[in-house]
Amino acid sequence: MNFYKEIQSNQRKTYILLVFFSLIVILLGAVIGMLFIGSYLFGMVIAFIIAILYSFLAYQSGDSMILGSARAKELKKEDDPYLFNLVEGLAISAQIPKPKIYLINEESMNAFATGKDPKHASIAVTSGLRKRMNRLELEGVISHEMSHIKNYDIRVMMLVTVLLGVVVLLSDIIFRSFIWAPRNGRSESKGQGALIFLAIAIVLAILAPIVAQLMRLAISRKREYLADATGAKLTHYPKGLADALEKIKNDHDVTVDTANKATAHLYIENPLREKKGFMVKLFSTHPDINDRIKKLRLM
Amino acid sequence: MADVLTVIIITLGAIILGIILIYNSLIRLRNIADTSWAQIDVQLKRRADLIPNLINTVKGYMKHEKQTLTELTKARTDIMKGGDINKKLAASDQLTSALKTLFAVSENYPDLKANQNFMMLQEELSGTESKIAYARQAYNDSVLDLHNKLQTFPSNVIANLFGFKAKEYFKITESDKKNVKVDF
Repeated sequence: MNFYKEIQSNQRKTYILLVFFSLIVILLGAVIGMLFIGSYLFGMVIAFIIAILYSFLAYQSGDSMILGSARAKELKKEDDPYLFNLVEGLAISAQIPKPKIYLINEESMNAFATGKDPKHASIAVTSGLRKRMNRLELEGVISHEMSHIKNYDIRVMMLVTVLLGVVVLLSDIIFRSFIWAPRNGRSESKGQGALIFLAIAIVLAILAPIVAQLMRLAISRKREYLADATGAKLTHYPKGLADALEKIKNDHDVTVDTANKATAHLYIENPLREKKGFMVKLFSTHPDINDRIKKLRLM
Repeated sequence: MADVLTVIIITLGAIILGIILIYNSLIRLRNIADTSWAQIDVQLKRRADLIPNLINTVKGYMKHEKQTLTELTKARTDIMKGGDINKKLAASDQLTSALKTLFAVSENYPDLKANQNFMMLQEELSGTESKIAYARQAYNDSVLDLHNKLQTFPSNVIANLFGFKAKEYFKITESDKKNVKVDF
């Protein structure tokens, strides 16, 4: 298996992401600086410093942020020796160090991997997945996540979540409060504050769909097919993952409560499937599950 | 004249750079194959280390299964004796079949089956067993990568030049395949 090309392409994407994020933040800084301090240059300098600090934070502890937001708990070997042995075996097969294992207390079946590189990687599974899948299916799911880890997908996806996702989430929050907030007249007392708030809301509202599109570009559905294929190579048993996806597909409960639009793309199958609507569709980064199953069955 | 010289220098530089890159990738692939080879050994030893513990746990319950326990101990000492990894793997197969008998017999001892320590050891042993199979498979995958480099142009020329040798594949037997896929 040659992961070299994927790793290189992910490396390139990481740089592009970091530059793009900084540019967005600097642009925001210019707007705020102009409105608030009257100096767009000053705003840009501050924004640049913030962008660098935040990027560093995202790189160093983006995985803990993601795992925290999913309310995932780290497991020790005594908690679940069966799962540990399974993950250790597949780590040997993928020739990477054993990732840390997390459990999300959640009845629907799903899983994701995150981290900055294979040495600092984590795999999180929902308790529903852990309970309801047999060994072969569980191996299929874990091997899919191992492939994401081995070819550094996890780094790109982590940065996408923490850097770009924050724009999406912020705009979501501000936009909603802007629409639903009671409008108690046009009181001048809030004058400047409201103006800034409005400016940020407008900028974010313009940025959010662009960023969403960017997230889709950065992630690309090809990544999931690739992880399916390389995962199948690790177990030498594509039917395991195909059966697992089939089980997820036929399950009545598909929503992971602690997942959100920024983290949905990390999961092995879309955890927000039940939530319909324009925004959800816009963010859908998962290829059709039926197509994935079909491809695996043909291997 | 100077132009010709420049062209020659640039060409030579490119060739040397190419050789260095290929040489390094060959070294990298060989190291990966060596590490995966060592990984098999690590897992074999880990499994052998569990046996004394297992025997201690089981001894109190199984009074009439001396034969099985002796077989286990013998297979374990064979693994620990060291030597060639193929010999160790043969001993490991012995161990696997002795364990199979032991676990089958353990069905007759409900107290033992309920013992927390025993259950933990059972999971550990079958876990390391599939790890051994995975390690063999990883070794074979890495040998395939190495061989691809050794046999294709232009890396084959450089491999010959520096005396890189092909490695041997493991034969994965039918029973090994089944071992990985046990459902329990």
